[in-house]
Amino acid sequence: MGIRFVLMVNKQGQTRLAQYYEYLNLEERRTLEGEIVRKCLARTEQQCSFVEHRNYKVVYRRYASLFFLVGVDNEENELAILEFIHLLVETMDRHFGNVCELDIMFHLEKAHFMLEEMVMNGCIVETSKSNILSPIQLMDKAS
Amino acid sequence: MNPFSAGTRLRDMIRAIRACKTAAEERAVVRKECASIRAAISEDDPDYRHRNLAKLMFIHMLGYPTHFGQMECLKLIASPGFPEKRIGYLGLMLLLDERQEVLMLVTNSIKQDLNQTNQYIVGLALCALGNICSAEMARDLAPEVERLLQFRDPNVRKKAALCTIRIIKKVPDLAENFINPAAALLKEKHHGVLLTGVQLCTEICKVSTEALEHLRKKCIIGLVKVLRDLTNSPYAPEYDISGIADPFLHIRLLRLFHVLGQGDADASDTMSDILAQVATKTETNKNAGNAILYECVATILSVEDNSGLRVLAVNILGRFLSSRDNNIRYVALNMLMRAIALDSQAVQRHRATILECVKDPDASIRKRALELVYLLVNESNVKPLTKELVDYLEVSDPEFKGDLTAKICSIVEKFSPEKIWYIDQMVKVLSQAGNYVKDEVWHALIIVITNAPNLHGYTVRALYKAVQTAGGQETLVRVAVWCIGEYGEMLVGNSGMLDVEERINVTEADAVDVIETGIRCHSSDLTTRAMCLIALLKLSSRYPSCTKRINDIILQQKGSLVLELQQRAIEFNSIIERHEKIRSALVERMPVLDEATYSGRRAGSMPAAVSTSQGALPKMPNGVAKPASAALVDLLDLSSDADQAPSSSGGDYLQDLLGVDLSPASQGINQTEKRGADVLLDLLSIGAPPAQSSSSMLDMLSSGQDNKSALGMFDNLASPSAPSAQASSPVASSSMMDLLDGFGPSPSVPVAETNGPTYPSIVAFESSSLKITYKFSKEPENPQTTIIEAEFVNKSPDIYSNFVFQAAVPKFLQLHMDPASGNTLPASGNGSITQKLRVSNSQHGKKYLVMRMRISYKANDKDVLEEGQVNNFPRGL
Repeated sequence: MGIRFVLMVNKQGQTRLAQYYEYLNLEERRTLEGEIVRKCLARTEQQCSFVEHRNYKVVYRRYASLFFLVGVDNEENELAILEFIHLLVETMDRHFGNVCELDIMFHLEKAHFMLEEMVMNGCIVETSKSNILSPIQLMDKAS
Repeated sequence: MNPFSAGTRLRDMIRAIRACKTAAEERAVVRKECASIRAAISEDDPDYRHRNLAKLMFIHMLGYPTHFGQMECLKLIASPGFPEKRIGYLGLMLLLDERQEVLMLVTNSIKQDLNQTNQYIVGLALCALGNICSAEMARDLAPEVERLLQFRDPNVRKKAALCTIRIIKKVPDLAENFINPAAALLKEKHHGVLLTGVQLCTEICKVSTEALEHLRKKCIIGLVKVLRDLTNSPYAPEYDISGIADPFLHIRLLRLFHVLGQGDADASDTMSDILAQVATKTETNKNAGNAILYECVATILSVEDNSGLRVLAVNILGRFLSSRDNNIRYVALNMLMRAIALDSQAVQRHRATILECVKDPDASIRKRALELVYLLVNESNVKPLTKELVDYLEVSDPEFKGDLTAKICSIVEKFSPEKIWYIDQMVKVLSQAGNYVKDEVWHALIIVITNAPNLHGYTVRALYKAVQTAGGQETLVRVAVWCIGEYGEMLVGNSGMLDVEERINVTEADAVDVIETGIRCHSSDLTTRAMCLIALLKLSSRYPSCTKRINDIILQQKGSLVLELQQRAIEFNSIIERHEKIRSALVERMPVLDEATYSGRRAGSMPAAVSTSQGALPKMPNGVAKPASAALVDLLDLSSDADQAPSSSGGDYLQDLLGVDLSPASQGINQTEKRGADVLLDLLSIGAPPAQSSSSMLDMLSSGQDNKSALGMFDNLASPSAPSAQASSPVASSSMMDLLDGFGPSPSVPVAETNGPTYPSIVAFESSSLKITYKFSKEPENPQTTIIEAEFVNKSPDIYSNFVFQAAVPKFLQLHMDPASGNTLPASGNGSITQKLRVSNSQHGKKYLVMRMRISYKANDKDVLEEGQVNNFPRGL
């Protein structure tokens, strides 16, 4: 329901972060990622950010070298999901300071924690950056 | 012990993986890591567990199997420290899913964690529960979650709310318990809780109608107030996104209104004010504002009728359509499809813009726009719209052409005001994109052509011209070849000219040239060449002067490696050379094909359109069945000789066509005659018995009612007793097939049974000790399936025990055997065993049944095995 998966993929097609909210086994995941990434990478800047794939939609946006893809149900509001992607990027930016692909790669667990605070079971939980980041900052302080 | 600064080893692994140049290297590195992790797991070392788990997660993300790490997650979750718990839960969510049994073991840990006082730990547990709990876990832990909905900390409350959503989805029965707490959440101030509370309410309403009622009565006013406060609220830095306070909350509230207002007029009234306010006041220069507007429009379109709001909504969509941002246009097109169902007038106003979108460089937008255009078409605007679409067809991309062609064809078919326009458009489409056109479409075209006798000349000339320029399109060539074959003399003689045409000079040689190119061309496939051959045959009769040349062309195909072509070539050649007298009778004009039959069949495969023009199926008049139906028969008797000429009147054959009892008119059923039927079959693709044929058969019967010559047939239909009159309908559908199989059903048993045509029983196998008889029957709706009752009789004086009958059939048949009535066969025919078999012939009409059998039994304490093959199945099964 709502969001089905969140993927971050770089321009060469390598997955940097993957969070699925519905069950898919390994094979399915790989094929899914391959297909969708190919479709999104092939599109130009002018084309719209929504791609229809099988029975759901993929909303994507490119930030520097990283593609953020969110798979959603057909009934979901696509513009809102675009906003959500932007919110996610801004949150990570606030935490890491000028976030880049390497930050996400080397601090994968933190990126996951942030995403977890924001989305649960396919629904958006929290949209305030301070609320999202407070547990993570607490944890950093404790360690 | 600080888990996260120990990430150096994780980093090292990541660096190592990144440094790999090839996939094989990467696999090697990963394998080494997995091995060391497995070793660490078996050592049960607590210190590096989290590190190993982090590495495992990375490896899992790359796509390698990591199930050996699952127990590690459990151990980490059970440890007291927060960081370990945290990474344990993360691992749990990533590496496991709800189907694994390991999950049950976690239930206890989660329960303990839910009862802790530390809000972060509770939050963790709720998160994990919310993401992957299964139905049993949900049931176990539901009371805990319910208690937590009232926890003091808002973070916990919001997570509990989302967890509830999952629980409700997994176990809808529990929804009742949560209605009141959910309603209470709507009064919260904290945005996070409010957001999740609203989502929870939306879900509950979908699951339980009781909740829906409750919320409608009690909470709508409160919700409206919340939304109003939100819209009017001043700048709130926490939740602000590009100037709007918490657009996500806006959107969720609107979604909840959507659910509450759908179908309920009172609720819709209460909401209409606030909806209007949101629709007018929201800023549109930022994406967030547009997102809110989009949701608002969606809500307006689904609540009960309020025309002022609707107009507002459609105006907003119009504004979106003309925006430059592709995303917004896409979204607008999407929404317009819904709007059209409610108010198509308003949407028609934007037709021009939508048409522009069909030509947009962006593929998603094109697709949406095309679907929308398809819904917009009606009788008044079909001509200009089609013109635009056909013009665009020339320049569109190949991937898009398929879709576009299909849509154009169905639009043209449903709405064409007159036949000549229809034919024009189809010729254009075929010239541009013939290869994308589906078979039913060009078959329909041919039907329409035959039904328009005054347009025959025009059509054949138009097709001739088209083929000169666009000979590469296979379908065009097929249609052209067929028409030239049929109406060749009109082409050459310029007969039946309409005012709009100019004279063209086509000689017989030119026409034959076209067909010869069709045959010779390397890219023509089997159907095209076969059609060319038969067209040549027809022309040989219509153009007597070219007979020699035509014969030569046909002779060349005699050596073709494809059986179909070779056979046709040989037969046609023999007709031309040896059977001059009957040739002209053979290739007379085809009778008009009945549209009702074909449209009935196709109705199932056409996309449904919103417009109410369902009844406006081609207003093209139905054809009149020609009295020269003897020609139809002759066409099917293609290779039999003159003495076979049926002497009965044409009325009889029309009877036969409709499948009323067949009189034993034709003898000598042979393969080639059936092949002649194949020609007709190929041409008209009556290959598969249509599912709706009984209804279309009735159509045909009823449409023929007006027909004088068919009236005789109706007398005959009505006269046999009532059961057979009923029987003739189902019989009609199956034996229409059979007729085209070349008078398939054995004519010696014309008993009108409700089982369809019967077949004589045969002796399938006979030896000195055993006799097997097959009795056949067919199901009336299913001519492909034959039910065989096999009877086994023991001819010897010994009793057979352990009697087992096995059968095997070739691939195009499917065999299903019911258990036998017994497995002991008494001696000397004192009893028998029966067994029912069901055979489905996927090539019904083209290939016949054959079967190999093996019978094994025990007689006199000796095992006996007999084998045989059944070749004498009646034709037509």
